[in-house]
Amino acid sequence: MLNHTPNEVSERTGLVVNPAKTCQPIGAMYAALGIHNCLPHSHGSQGCCSFHRMHLTRHFRDPVAASTSSFTEGASVFGGSANLKTSIKNVFSIYKPDVIAVNTTCLSETIGDDLPTIINESEVPEGKYVFHANTPSYVGSHVTGFSNMVKAMVTTFSKKEGPCNGKVNLIPGYTEPGDMRELKRIAKVMGIESILFPDTSGVVDSPMTGRYEMYPAGGTKVEDLVDSGNSLATIAMGTFASEAAANELDKKCGVPAHVLPLPIGVKGTDQLILELIKITGKPVPYELEEERGQVVDVMTDTHHHFHGKKVAIFGDPDHVIAITEFVIGLGMKPIHIVTGTPGSSFDRQINAILDAANIKANVKNLGDLFTLHQWMKKEPVELLIGNTYGKYIARAEDVPFVRFGFPNMDRSVHSYFPVVGYKGALRLIEMISNALLDRVDRDAADEDFELVL
Amino acid sequence: MSYQLPDPLEERKHSIIRKTGKQQEEKIQCNQNSVAGAVSQRACVYCGARVVLNPITDAYHIVHGPIGCASYTFDIRGSLTSGADTFRNSFSTDLRETDIIFGGEKKLAAAIDEIVAAHHPKLIFIYSTCVVGVIGDDLEAVCRNAEKQYGIRVIPIQSSGFAGNKNAGYKAACHALLNLMGEENPVEKEAGINFLGDFNLAGEIWINQSYFRRMGLPVVSKVTGDARYEELIKAPRARLNIVQCAGSMTYLAKLMREKYKIPFINVSFYGLEDTAKSLRKIAYALDEPEILQKTEVLIQEEYDKAHLALEPYRARLAGKKAAIYVGGGFKAISLIKQFRDLGMETVMVGTQTGNSDDYETIRQLAAEDTIILDDTNPSELERFMKEKGADILVGGVKERPLAYKLGVAFCDHNHERKQPLNGFVGAVNFAREVEQSINSPVWHWIRKERRAYNEK
Repeated sequence: MLNHTPNEVSERTGLVVNPAKTCQPIGAMYAALGIHNCLPHSHGSQGCCSFHRMHLTRHFRDPVAASTSSFTEGASVFGGSANLKTSIKNVFSIYKPDVIAVNTTCLSETIGDDLPTIINESEVPEGKYVFHANTPSYVGSHVTGFSNMVKAMVTTFSKKEGPCNGKVNLIPGYTEPGDMRELKRIAKVMGIESILFPDTSGVVDSPMTGRYEMYPAGGTKVEDLVDSGNSLATIAMGTFASEAAANELDKKCGVPAHVLPLPIGVKGTDQLILELIKITGKPVPYELEEERGQVVDVMTDTHHHFHGKKVAIFGDPDHVIAITEFVIGLGMKPIHIVTGTPGSSFDRQINAILDAANIKANVKNLGDLFTLHQWMKKEPVELLIGNTYGKYIARAEDVPFVRFGFPNMDRSVHSYFPVVGYKGALRLIEMISNALLDRVDRDAADEDFELVL
Repeated sequence: MSYQLPDPLEERKHSIIRKTGKQQEEKIQCNQNSVAGAVSQRACVYCGARVVLNPITDAYHIVHGPIGCASYTFDIRGSLTSGADTFRNSFSTDLRETDIIFGGEKKLAAAIDEIVAAHHPKLIFIYSTCVVGVIGDDLEAVCRNAEKQYGIRVIPIQSSGFAGNKNAGYKAACHALLNLMGEENPVEKEAGINFLGDFNLAGEIWINQSYFRRMGLPVVSKVTGDARYEELIKAPRARLNIVQCAGSMTYLAKLMREKYKIPFINVSFYGLEDTAKSLRKIAYALDEPEILQKTEVLIQEEYDKAHLALEPYRARLAGKKAAIYVGGGFKAISLIKQFRDLGMETVMVGTQTGNSDDYETIRQLAAEDTIILDDTNPSELERFMKEKGADILVGGVKERPLAYKLGVAFCDHNHERKQPLNGFVGAVNFAREVEQSINSPVWHWIRKERRAYNEK
């Protein structure tokens, strides 16, 4: 498949071939799942909601509940106000969430539904909440949709209403529940109380209980979202997915925003921990020092596998930026770097990393996998890092492939482990070196086939 | 610990019936729009059109709209190909905000130009999405111009998501197919058949083709599993249409009957009984002694072999209870029979898009007290699977983790099936899959988990 991708890169103005992104609403839906007892609601056609649930289900292998306004021809002409009001009434009476998080779609945005007014006019039971994020599919990508919904959490809930609670807000970005657990653990071993939001751990990686729970035990509690306005500071991980909410919290409640890259790899994790020290004055516990030492130890043990290897990387911007930094630290050379999400700050951040390492590479935001594939045909690489969709290119070009980022629909268990933190770095090193060494074994002639590598 | 299962919404009460022995039973309410606020398992018009047309292997499927609709349907269908794999790529116009303001026609025309320049296609489909329906891009005009300019087929599909439900999407796809097949009605028909409504998931159509070959029965055109342009345009020459996926393809069969005077029959190749019945039905419809005789030979050879192969599974499955929630009515009907053949009882059966005839057949087939439901949601599935003590659920991607969370086995009879489940061979594969899931040791662990949870 995809072997008919021509080598010559031609300019395309109308056509996207094999996208490296998807639309805003799914990101909003994923973020909303990270609020405790919250039902995401898709204000649009039935298909949007169905597609998003299907896509998330394929990635997490857990049930994903969300409701929809089920737009019909009438709604698209007369507006979706009645649909949303009926939805809110039905959802509270039958599904009984504490919160309904509404995301808009290209349809409801284009017909101009005024969400704040509609929600205002809706019957919301005492002690329950309905809020919304504007997520037209023709703007940004699933990552900005996530960002918008997280920002809406701040706008809706966060309040500065008491003395400082001594906590640190952590905004984890569009990451796996395994990552969110790891971030909470890091804060905990440092003796820091944190409010992490959104928090999909315990929601889309919920344990087997033998019954279906529409609202599993996890998720950030509303009172914690409110309390985030009283925190010491906010650490936003990733400029694309998390910065907007942190800035909003700064503006609204005066909680200082600290924006970092996703803490992937030693440097990224060091930055996070240094920032936590700066904010709280807490010392680094031995436990984390030991973990860091282990990662560096493993990096030295394995550095000869990585050195000088050419890599192609694609995926969501915050992830791609962080892993580009990491693989350069391992001695590898990223030469093709693509994100599907639009934004020139991606190019700026990547180029800064590349310049510091004196590496020249093809870099593109709002790119697609067809372009990436063409680049790889022109200048081959020895490793491809990206989400499930990379498997076609990896097969066509016979390149080792490490699955990293969203979505991952052809392998399981990924959502239970982190890529962030020192633990995540260790895991990534294992994944990358296994991919490279499996290839060495596969390609070795009998006489070169060795037991010890 | 007692756990209150939620009652269905008031508006949903007529979409759920419980079979009783009474003559005059309440008719199920179906083919309605979903209730606003429902956690429906249903999709939209675009999805319906896309799943029907997507298996056409050498077509360029361009999704005209924002990226999502293209991304979520990027190679998800599981249809296999014996030729081109063009259809497994994702092409779209990825409409941005400025396109929404100024219109997307130019971008669409550019996308067509770029595909023609790079790939020399014979057939392009252009799918309309919600927002395109609202901003009013004239797809017909863009397609007409491109056809004129390039001398190829560029076919628009009116599949704006809000304009009805998935059934409307099937219809839109049927119109596109009829458009492709053309205006001409060949008076002289060929000896062969068109096979409508098999999408070659896990290579299923190849099993059927091998049967047809042994029956001495040429296939003129497959619609749309493993289909290609050159083959589809020959479809008007066939003598008979056989329709498997009735939900999506009966409409096309009717259109073709009107336009090309091709009669059609409904078939189902799921389960031994329906497979044998369908093969005979085709042979009788064609009324050629040689085909009839070859068909009987085929059935004799394959039926007994498969029946015997099912024996060990019957022993391990007898008395187990099945729940069914699938897309169309015909598949549900076959599945009830298949479970019966395995000594299993169907305790709950539902579809996303079944019509009232389907539900009447289901009601007649179903055992006393069976729950029958249309366009259901996770809460209802949970409620009735628990009440009826189902051991396995047959469904699609969204139902799988739900079943697992309830500690119920699962069989994907949708896009994610990895084994062909049709024909005599497929009936055995199906039994194996059901048996492997039901009798897996993992369920013991779940029972322990559940005890631990309930003791808390």
